[in-house]
Amino acid sequence: MEGTQTFQVFNRGPSPVARLVFFSVLSLLLMFVDARYRYLETTRSLISELVYPVQRLATLPGVLWQQTEEFFVSHNRLLEENKELHRQHEADMVELVQWQAMLRENRQLHTLLSLQQRSQPNVKFAEIVYAERDVFRRKILIDKGSAANIQEGQVVMDDKGIVGQITRVYPWLSEVTLITEKDHAVPVQIQRNGLRSIAFGAGDTSHLALRYMPVSADIVKGDVLVTSGIDGLYPPGIPVARVDTIERDAAYPFARIVCTPLGGVDEHRYLMVLSSTSALPPRPEETPAPSRQKSKKMGGH
Amino acid sequence: MPMQERQEILKPVSNLFIASSVLVALFLNALPWGGIWLVLRPDFVAVVMLYWCTHKPYRMGIGLSWAVGILSDVNDASLFGQHALSYTILAFGGVVLNRRIRMFDLREQTTQVFLILLATYSVYAVVNWQVNGQLAWSYFLGCLTSTLLWIPVSALFQSVRQRRVERE
Repeated sequence: MEGTQTFQVFNRGPSPVARLVFFSVLSLLLMFVDARYRYLETTRSLISELVYPVQRLATLPGVLWQQTEEFFVSHNRLLEENKELHRQHEADMVELVQWQAMLRENRQLHTLLSLQQRSQPNVKFAEIVYAERDVFRRKILIDKGSAANIQEGQVVMDDKGIVGQITRVYPWLSEVTLITEKDHAVPVQIQRNGLRSIAFGAGDTSHLALRYMPVSADIVKGDVLVTSGIDGLYPPGIPVARVDTIERDAAYPFARIVCTPLGGVDEHRYLMVLSSTSALPPRPEETPAPSRQKSKKMGGH
Repeated sequence: MPMQERQEILKPVSNLFIASSVLVALFLNALPWGGIWLVLRPDFVAVVMLYWCTHKPYRMGIGLSWAVGILSDVNDASLFGQHALSYTILAFGGVVLNRRIRMFDLREQTTQVFLILLATYSVYAVVNWQVNGQLAWSYFLGCLTSTLLWIPVSALFQSVRQRRVERE
């Protein structure tokens, strides 16, 4: 059949170009709606149930490997580990008792000063199903979803510090955006002197940046940043990062401060999800600024 | 052309075979790749889709590629339509150039396939750049490894399809 281009025997439907245009426009529309308005979350979670078996199956090789490894763990190593854990447990117990006493005292002081009580965050344990699979993004998926009452915006941490935040919830999985994701912001406070700032993700796994800090700000190398709890989303006092390098260049109004996250942002398998329910008073309504365009992204250094 | 003659012996593939190959590709993409392996990971789905688009353009076309792209979007937690758009471009390249690509032998096909895959990867990267303002050049390494994967994947599918004929 040489003349198929000009003489069509069978009707094959619209031409490839027409299909290309149709589906490209459809994709662009979907992307626009997804990026701007996030209307498609229910559709996404519906389709995710279709893909879920494949996703679960894909974690099998890793799980099998881990189980074989666990199977061949030596008796001695287990004993040693057990001993070590016992020692750690006792040391922690002492600290815990002191901490509880302090908590009581603090609560009493809060009542005396008639300040609002800090709510106790509720902790859920979750396992990482898989780490980021997109070169551009810093995301992980954990094995608890809306079925386990996980909600968007909850904080994810490990034993050392904050790891990220829940950004999308599926029925059995949820997606965690790591604090090192580009432009992800965490309100922080310097532990030493209480100076407030905001830590931004720098886009690679190992760094955070403090932007918009004046050159004269009292920050030294080694300072520990903890969450300030000001936005009501992150519970206060959780370690976030340690200050690594500070460049003070008189030519720029702001110092360049780079920090390393304390939590094992890409290390562990088990994480904790905090569901703090601090009831902040509603934010007073802002008077609309005269025709201020919302900038799409912040200029990074 | 020996290639053309050999293809006429190939039995028509079942829909089940096409669907399962795409599923296996989705599975391979979903494996826990990390670090340097993530950068070097070929896009299995793209290569498999391109194979079917060039060899069975009336069975696996632009619409189905788009649907698989949506599945990939959910699988990778990327923006809705991001994979779909790039796979649409991929399928278009495959469907339009299918006769031309099948005329060459496997080694010569790679240059053509590379260009189609490069377009696919570029579309994905440009979308990401527009939305997140970030362009990772290392991402394009995956385009090279995907091209390298073309030869084994085509050879594998070709041999499976031939064996079906011999069994008759």
